[in-house]
Amino acid sequence: MKIFFGIITLLILFEGIWLYQKKPLEESIADGEEIYQDFCIQCHLDNGEGVYGGFPPLAKSDYLVNNIEMSIRGLKYGMSGPIVVNGGEYDGVMQDQGLDDDEIADVMNYILNNWGNEYKDMITEEQVAIINE
Amino acid sequence: MKKNFFTTLLISIFSLTSCISQENPPEVKTPDQSEFTTETVVEGIDIPWGMDFISENEILVTEKKGILYRVSNGKKTEVSGLPEIYQRGQGGLMDIALHPNFKSNKIIYFTTGVHLEGEKGGNTALYCGELNENSLSNLKLLYKGQPNTKKGQHWGSRIVFDDKGHLFFGIGDRGNRDVNPQDLNRDGGKIYRLNLDGSIPEDNPFVNQEGALKAVYSYGHRNPQGMTVHPKTGEIWENEHGPKGGDEINIVQKAKNYGWPEITYGINYSGTSITDKTSMPGMEQPFYYWVPSIAPSGMAFSTSNVYKKWKGNLFVGSLKFKYLERLVIKRGKVVKREKILNDIGRVRNVKEGPDGYLYLGVEGKGILKVVQQ
Repeated sequence: MKIFFGIITLLILFEGIWLYQKKPLEESIADGEEIYQDFCIQCHLDNGEGVYGGFPPLAKSDYLVNNIEMSIRGLKYGMSGPIVVNGGEYDGVMQDQGLDDDEIADVMNYILNNWGNEYKDMITEEQVAIINE
Repeated sequence: MKKNFFTTLLISIFSLTSCISQENPPEVKTPDQSEFTTETVVEGIDIPWGMDFISENEILVTEKKGILYRVSNGKKTEVSGLPEIYQRGQGGLMDIALHPNFKSNKIIYFTTGVHLEGEKGGNTALYCGELNENSLSNLKLLYKGQPNTKKGQHWGSRIVFDDKGHLFFGIGDRGNRDVNPQDLNRDGGKIYRLNLDGSIPEDNPFVNQEGALKAVYSYGHRNPQGMTVHPKTGEIWENEHGPKGGDEINIVQKAKNYGWPEITYGINYSGTSITDKTSMPGMEQPFYYWVPSIAPSGMAFSTSNVYKKWKGNLFVGSLKFKYLERLVIKRGKVVKREKILNDIGRVRNVKEGPDGYLYLGVEGKGILKVVQQ
């Protein structure tokens, strides 16, 4: 009996720590929206539509969902060179915006769950942290 | 079907012409682009924010992400000794300027985003230091905007000097437009004036006002991106990013309020209104404003005779439309606007070199020299 309660207590403790560490998806998306409004909207525009030939779209973007890691790397370290997004060719420069890892996770979650985008997994700070240049 | 087509056509023509008629005059013209071209001075600089000339063949160039280059005859070498640069959003290492007596004292000034201490985030700071060969020493922090913020917008910044021993620099509203620009007790949305050693001039306009920041020279600015001194009058000319349709040229005067965000010709980028007022008593009108916004950056008067018909004209870079704008000014008014070097790239900076030629900082490229053919 004592052991049983001990295990339950431990489980609750772990659950608590897990919940505490992990930001719920909704909260991450909400924080991500603020980041988007501040750092991304100038080029990728209000609804992630981008500018054809200039700034690639994020809404329903095939490049984005097929290149999650590259996209995170781009946010973290900047990105340049030719890419094809939804059939359109882009050859611009995206500067690294100086965002923290948690902010990159948030803005990715916002983008991946908006404007018709759907992505099954949540991007976490840890996931961003391990991506190198 | 046919009727629908014509209706659509009519509507598009109508909306197109109404767009054109909304342009703030004079309408920008595109002259024959074969009349001018560029020569590459140095390549491979993503965002060449600031530059200043050591001599005809030597330039200091800042790259926003935090690199200072010394460029000698087209070859760039990194200068060591910068403080830790805080790059975030629109901020990073920004303008650079040689002390008026640089030849004897080797002092340079620069503005940059820094974190230093206190709250998370950063703000714009002005430093000076001594440049010997490719290294900076005796760094001195002359001014630091407060408080830090994690906002990415509107850091400024440009540096210029008058001929009376003053330095002027700007800090943008730091993404806090409803609080900073109109409050003299707070940094952001201001043009500042200091003595060359960083001290506050005794005759600065707000030195005797309780609580006011003593370095402030003018206020109500949004985001100063170009500054230059008028070659004849010695006035400080400034351009700044407004909201959509509200980019401005201002002639910066002591103690004056340039109105942001109480008055503006622009609207929010989302299309919603900021204010319906374009003027108010006690607030300055811009010398010129751009509708549509061109996202001006850098600014220089052409004072030499190396170009045909350009002497006395003002040149401004356009980040948004990727050209160099030539503005002809007569009797205190912009009477002509022209696109020079259409599609050259995002023009971040414009300066006149000691040889009288105009030099551009172009994003993704580097420094280009403008030549007429």
